[in-house]
Amino acid sequence: MKRFDGWRLALYLAAAAVTAISVFPFLYAISTSLKTGTALFDPSLIPATPSLDNYLQLFRSSENPFGRHILNSIMVSFAVVTLSLLIGVTAAYAFGRIAFKGRGLLLSAVLAVSMFPQVAVLSGMFEMIRFLGLYNRALGLILPYMIFTLPFTVWVLTTFMRQLPKELEEAAIMDGCGPARILRSVFLPLLWPAMVSTGLLAFIAAWNEFMFALTFVIDNDQRTVPVSISLITGASRYDIPWGKIMAASVVVTIPLIVLVLVFQRKIVSGLTAGAVKG
Amino acid sequence: MNVKSAVVAVALLSMFGTIAHAATVTVSCGAQGQEFEICKQDVDAWAKKTGHIVRLYTPPASTTDMLAQFRQMFAAKSSDLDVLLVDVIWPGIIKDHLTDLGKYSKGAEKEHFPAIIANNTVDGKLLAMPLYTDAGLLYYRKDLLDKYKLKVPATWDEMAAAARKIQDGERGAGSKDFQGFVFQAKAYEGLSCDAVEWLASFGGGSIVDPGGKVTVNNPKAVLALNTAASWIGSIAPSGVLNYGEDEARGVFQSGKAAFMRNWPYAWSLAQGADSPVRNKIGVAPLPRGGADGRHAGTLGGWQLAVSKYSKNPDAAADLVMYLTSKEVQKKRAIVGSFKPTIVSLYQDKEVMAANPFFASLLDVFANSVPRPSTVTGPKYPAVSEAFWNATHDVLAGKATAEDALKRLEGRLNQIKRGGW
Amino acid sequence: MSIRTRTAWLFLAPMLVTLGVVAAWPLARTIWFSFTDANINDPSLAQWIGFEHYFGEFGLFANATNTDGFWNSDWGIAIVNTLKFACVSVTLETMSGMGVALLLNQEFKGRALVRAAVLVPWAIPTIVSAKMWGWMLHDQFGLVNDWLLQLHLINERIAWTADPHYALWTTVAVDVWKTTPFMALLILAALQTLPKECYEAARVDGVHPLRVFWRITLPLIRTPLMVAVIFRLLDALRVFDLIYVLTANDSSTISMSGFVRREMVENGNMGYGSAAATSLFVIIGLATVLLIRLGRVRMSEETA
Repeated sequence: MKRFDGWRLALYLAAAAVTAISVFPFLYAISTSLKTGTALFDPSLIPATPSLDNYLQLFRSSENPFGRHILNSIMVSFAVVTLSLLIGVTAAYAFGRIAFKGRGLLLSAVLAVSMFPQVAVLSGMFEMIRFLGLYNRALGLILPYMIFTLPFTVWVLTTFMRQLPKELEEAAIMDGCGPARILRSVFLPLLWPAMVSTGLLAFIAAWNEFMFALTFVIDNDQRTVPVSISLITGASRYDIPWGKIMAASVVVTIPLIVLVLVFQRKIVSGLTAGAVKG
Repeated sequence: MNVKSAVVAVALLSMFGTIAHAATVTVSCGAQGQEFEICKQDVDAWAKKTGHIVRLYTPPASTTDMLAQFRQMFAAKSSDLDVLLVDVIWPGIIKDHLTDLGKYSKGAEKEHFPAIIANNTVDGKLLAMPLYTDAGLLYYRKDLLDKYKLKVPATWDEMAAAARKIQDGERGAGSKDFQGFVFQAKAYEGLSCDAVEWLASFGGGSIVDPGGKVTVNNPKAVLALNTAASWIGSIAPSGVLNYGEDEARGVFQSGKAAFMRNWPYAWSLAQGADSPVRNKIGVAPLPRGGADGRHAGTLGGWQLAVSKYSKNPDAAADLVMYLTSKEVQKKRAIVGSFKPTIVSLYQDKEVMAANPFFASLLDVFANSVPRPSTVTGPKYPAVSEAFWNATHDVLAGKATAEDALKRLEGRLNQIKRGGW
Repeated sequence: MSIRTRTAWLFLAPMLVTLGVVAAWPLARTIWFSFTDANINDPSLAQWIGFEHYFGEFGLFANATNTDGFWNSDWGIAIVNTLKFACVSVTLETMSGMGVALLLNQEFKGRALVRAAVLVPWAIPTIVSAKMWGWMLHDQFGLVNDWLLQLHLINERIAWTADPHYALWTTVAVDVWKTTPFMALLILAALQTLPKECYEAARVDGVHPLRVFWRITLPLIRTPLMVAVIFRLLDALRVFDLIYVLTANDSSTISMSGFVRREMVENGNMGYGSAAATSLFVIIGLATVLLIRLGRVRMSEETA
C-alpha cells in the first residue's frame, strides 16, 4: 500500500504544479491591473493599495473608447461565426455526402488555405478591401477573417457530416426531399453540437485577430479589441501604462475563459474531429 | 402647420445652411493622454472660431506603426485624413504625399528654429510646420552627485567614471541592482537616435552626409560605438538592449539609476507627485565625445502637415497654421511643457516660469543633430534599421565595431542602389 | 454531370467564391508583386523585374553582397530562427502536452478543476499573453527575475527578452506555455479512445507502466499524435505576433513572417516583401508535403 500512497502524492503534486503554472500569469495580470503609479514597479503579487482606477480610466478615455471597441469585436466575431457556419455547412454537405470528381483535391486545397501565412496575402487583401469599399469599417473585417475561419469550419463539419449514417439521408430522399430540405431538416439538428464547437473556435480566432484589424481599420470608433489594447497609451508619448494594459487584457480575456470553460467538452470534440479523425 | 413646427423647420434649414459651408477636417494630433487632450482643446477652439467641423483620429502609439499606416493610406490615395502629425524624420519619406504649405504660411516659418524648417523643406517645398521640438538630454541625480562629490559630467568618459563610482557606492550600500546609466538600446528607432548622438559627439558624422555619401565607416564612429559598448554590463545593465524610452524612465524614476539619456518628456513624469526621485534630478546637455568633441542631442519633435489627398486643403492648412502659431505654442508650453519651436518664446516670462530648465537648454534645442532622413528620403526607414541593427550587434557583443560598421557601409550602399 | 454532382457544386459555390475573394486572388496579387519593384510610395509605378528579388544582385537567395554567406544574411537568419523556434517549441509542447494528457487521464479528485485550469493559457489572446509575459520577464521590475534572485539561482537580473542568448528561447518558453493545452487536449482525446482491456491485462501481468506506455499507448496514438504535431508545426512556422510583441524583433529573434512584415509594411518595399512572402508560402508548402510523407499520415480518404 505504501507505493500506492507515493504514487497518489506524486499525482496530486503534479496536478497542483500544472494548475499553478497555467493560472498564475493571469492572476499576476489581475494583480498588476489593480496597481497604479509607482506601485507598478514593485513586483509583489498582492497590491498594497488595490484600486480600480485602471478599469475606470479604460472606459472613460475619449480617445480610445474601449466599450465601443468591445461592441465592435462582438459584432465582427458574431458575424464571422454566422457567415462561416452558413457557408461551411453547405460546403460540408457537398464534401461529406456527395461523391464527385476532384473532391479530395478540392478538400486539400481548402485545407491548404488554412496554412496560409497571413502576411503573405496582406498586400493583395488591402487592394481587395479598398476595391470593395470595406476599408476603415469594423464590419469590413468579416471578409478577411474568413481566410482562417472558413477552411477550418468546412474541414471539421465535413468530418462530422461523414460520420452520420447513410440511411437517414436515403429515407429522406425516398420521401422526396430536395438537398436543401435534407440539409435543413435532417442534418442540421444532428450537427448542432459540432456547430457549437466550431463556432466557438471561430469566435475565439476572430476575437483575437490582430494584424488585419490593425491594417484595415484606422478609425477610432471602428477598432476591435486587440488593436485597442495595443493602442492603449499613457500620459505621454513614451509612457507604457502597464496597469491599464493589464486591465484591458483582463476585461478581454475573462469572457473567453468563461466561454471556454462552459463549453470545454464541446471544444475538445471539435478539435479532435478536425485533427484526429481526419 | 403650427408655429412651433415652422420654427423647427427654419432652424433645421439654417443648420443645413451652415453645414453646407463648413468643411469637415480629420486631424491626427497625438495618441497620448495629455497630448491628445491639449490638442483636442486647441482644435475645438479653431472649429468654434471658423465654423468648420473637426474629427479626431488616434494613430497607433508606436511611431513605426504610425508611419506604416500613413504610407498605406497614401498608397490608397485615401482622403480619410486631412491633417497629420509628422515625426521629424518623415518629411523626406512621405514627401510625395504632402501639400506645399509655402503659400499658406505667409512667412510664419521664419519665426521657428531654422534647423527644423530646413528639415521640413524638401525640394524647396515647405511640407510641414513644426509643432514642438525635442532633443536628447542627460538626466542626472543631483543628490547622488552631491553625495559622491562629483560634478555634472561634460564628456562620456567623465560620465562613465562618475556612473561607476556611484554604482559601486550604492551597491556597496545595499542597493544591489543600482545602475550607473540607462538609455535606449532596443533594436528600434530610439537606438538610432542614441547612436546618432554618440557619433556626432565624437565627430563621427551622421551616417550619410548631406551630399548622399555613406560616411558611417570611420575611425571616430568606431570609437563612439566602442565607448557605448563598454558601458553594457559595466555601468549599464544588459537589459538596456531591450529598453525603449519608458523602460529607461522606469528604472531612473524608481531611483535605481544615476544617469539616464532621455527626451524632455521624462522631466514632468519624474517630477510627478508620487515619484521617488522628485526634486532630486537635473538635466544637462549630453556629454561630448572627448576634449574636441561636441554636445549633441538628436533632433526630435513633431510637425503638422496636410495630406495631398485632402478634400479641404485650405481649411486643413488654416488649422495647421493656427495650431503652430505663437499663441497656441505658448499655451502648449505652459500647460504641457511642449518645447516651442518659435525662438522668441524662449524669452517669454510665463513660459520660462513654467519650465525653468528651458533656458539653459536653448542651445541644445537650437543645435540638435538631425538624423539623415532628409537626404535619404523614402529609404530612411531601411537606413535607420540597418544602422540600429549594426549598433545593436556591437552593443550586444555579437560583432566588433570595425566589422559591424564595415558591413553596415556595404548594406547602406545596397539600400542606396540607384540613389536615395 | 449527374444531378447529385451539380447539387454538390451548387452547395460549394458560396465557399468557393468566398475563398476565391479572400485567398486565391490576394495570393495571386502577392505573387505578381514579387516579380515587380512595387513600393508603397506609389504602387501604380510598379515595373516587371522578373526574378530580381529572388536571385538578383540584391535578391533573397543569391545576394552577391552577402560576403559571409547566405545563412548570415537577414533572410537566412530569419529562416534559421523560424526553424529553431518551430522545431524546439513543437518538441517541447508535444512532450509537455503528453505529460499533461497522461495526468488528466488518471482518476483523481479535482480532475475537472485541473482540466479547466489547463485551458486558461489557451484562451488568452496571443497579444495579451505576450504583454503579460513581457511584464513578468521584465529585467528590472519583472517577477521572474525577482524570484530567481531570491532563490539564488541567478546572481544578477537577466534580460530575458533582450539578451541574444536568451531571447529566442524565451519566446519558445512562452509559446510552450500557451500551446501545451492544445496538444494536451488532442492527446487526451486520443488516449480516451484506447481500449481499457489492454491496460487491465498489462496491469494483471505486472508489466512496468513505462513499458506499457512505450509498447501499447504510444503506437496506438501515433496517427493522431502525428496530425497534431503537423498542425502545430505549420502554425509555428508562421509565428509572428508573439515574437513581435515580446522581443525587439531584431536579428536574434526575427521570424520569416516578421521579416515579411518588416520589408512590406515598415520599409514599404512591397515587391521585395512579397517575394519573401511567396518564399515563405513555398517553404511552408514544402514542409507540409514532407511531413505528411514522413509521418505517412492520411489527411483524408482520397489523398494518400
